[in-house]
Amino acid sequence: MKKILIANRGEIAERIIRTCNKLDLETVAVYSSADKDLPYVRQATVAYEIGDPPAAKSYLNQDEILRVAKEENVDAIHPGYGFLSENASFVRRIREQGITFIGPSAEVVEAMGDKITARKTMQEAGVPVVPGSGEIVDVTEAVAYANEITYPIMLKAAAGGGGIGMQRCENDQELEKAFVSSQNRAKAYFGNGAMFVEKFIDDARHIEVQIVGDIHGNVVHLYERDCSIQRRNQKVLEETPSPFLSEETRRQIGEAALLAAKHVNYTNAGTVEFVMDQEENFYFLEMNTRLQVEHPITEETIGIDLVEWQINVAKGEELPLKQEEIKPTGHSIEHRLYAEDPTSFMPSPGKIEALQFPEIEGVRIDSGYESGSTVSPFYDPMIAKIIVSGASREEAVKRSIDFFAAFSLTGIKHNGPLFTQLLKENNFQQGNYSTSYLAKILVKK
Amino acid sequence: MQEVKASMAGTVLNVMVGEGDTITAGQELVMLESMKMEIPIEGVEEGTVAEVKVNVGDFVNEGDVLVTVK
Repeated sequence: MKKILIANRGEIAERIIRTCNKLDLETVAVYSSADKDLPYVRQATVAYEIGDPPAAKSYLNQDEILRVAKEENVDAIHPGYGFLSENASFVRRIREQGITFIGPSAEVVEAMGDKITARKTMQEAGVPVVPGSGEIVDVTEAVAYANEITYPIMLKAAAGGGGIGMQRCENDQELEKAFVSSQNRAKAYFGNGAMFVEKFIDDARHIEVQIVGDIHGNVVHLYERDCSIQRRNQKVLEETPSPFLSEETRRQIGEAALLAAKHVNYTNAGTVEFVMDQEENFYFLEMNTRLQVEHPITEETIGIDLVEWQINVAKGEELPLKQEEIKPTGHSIEHRLYAEDPTSFMPSPGKIEALQFPEIEGVRIDSGYESGSTVSPFYDPMIAKIIVSGASREEAVKRSIDFFAAFSLTGIKHNGPLFTQLLKENNFQQGNYSTSYLAKILVKK
Repeated sequence: MQEVKASMAGTVLNVMVGEGDTITAGQELVMLESMKMEIPIEGVEEGTVAEVKVNVGDFVNEGDVLVTVK
């Protein structure tokens, strides 16, 4: 393997280029016309403009990406996260061209991408799954099922993801109102109108486990990440280890993730997401068949490079570590710096005048932008990931507070002030929070 | 005639009204998805929907007319 095309943009493209440089691999970047001035375009060995700003015309344009791959005669394609990373037909087309896809098999991507199939598969594997239905075809069936499991429930699209395509319903009225419009929307937006209903777990934690498998049948888990600090079902801050888990539950959730991975013969990097109630009962939520945004906190505590693992697994190598050799140390927190209003969360695209990251011990920055870059309204609002590690959680939190006190970003609104507030909250400092916590502290303020 | 425009570039996630519907001031007419956020687009005045100019899945730019109301 000598040359890798990165079918993505911004920070994750930069992140992948860094590992490729370390491994002496050439990189091919692709970009939309909106992204032509972003740092990753210059950092790659070569870069190709592939279309207009809307993702459908550029980063989701399989024909154009595959044309560049062929022209550049690349050996492999890394999809990053989002965009085409969980698109089974893209995986198949790459492999039909004789190019290596850096990720799992098309079959696994397909099975896990359909949330109803994923739930069923995990039940078969013996992994606990959130109480919920199979496909529900109409509103009458939805209401009957919701009454059986009792409200509140989450109405979800089988093809949904990324916090889009789900709605919490408290009663029949809300569900009746939401069902048809959600179904139509799923049909038009995801191309699949299949819906299902899940029990909504109050005061839940969102805990996920990193897994990696190789083609020789070895699978390991790389421990958990607590992703409970969220706004509108999207992650804002993640940390590992979770301040909430007992050692026994930590062991059990790792085992459950391994069971899930082995059942589907998982290869390459993936994440098994669970929701956990206050009694530490956990249930499978979904499996992400790609590198996760928050992978760096796992890298920092375990001392590995997950992109390097992904590339080596894709080359057919064996995993470099066995389960018993994987021992996380210290604590790591990722803060997602978003171009958005820190209280209303409304996106705030525009030109970054000045972006300055203070130098603080234990801080790693995975950024996609620089001073003078423009955050366009076409993609995710994430500007950078601030990954802060320390020997203990206390130390990591203290360093994070120091970082945001000295941090400066001008030209657009950003959620830096939110972190300053959150990191000093008593409950956060005690590790006492759930997925509804962020919304609550903002109301309190 | 009232023109209801997109407040941001984004993809049309949902169209909640049809031509001929009577709407109230401030009613949500269209849901856009932009930068991974659902952004409701509301009518300003009450009236009757004259034309829906977009379909679910369409990409719109800031300022594009989504719905006209008479």
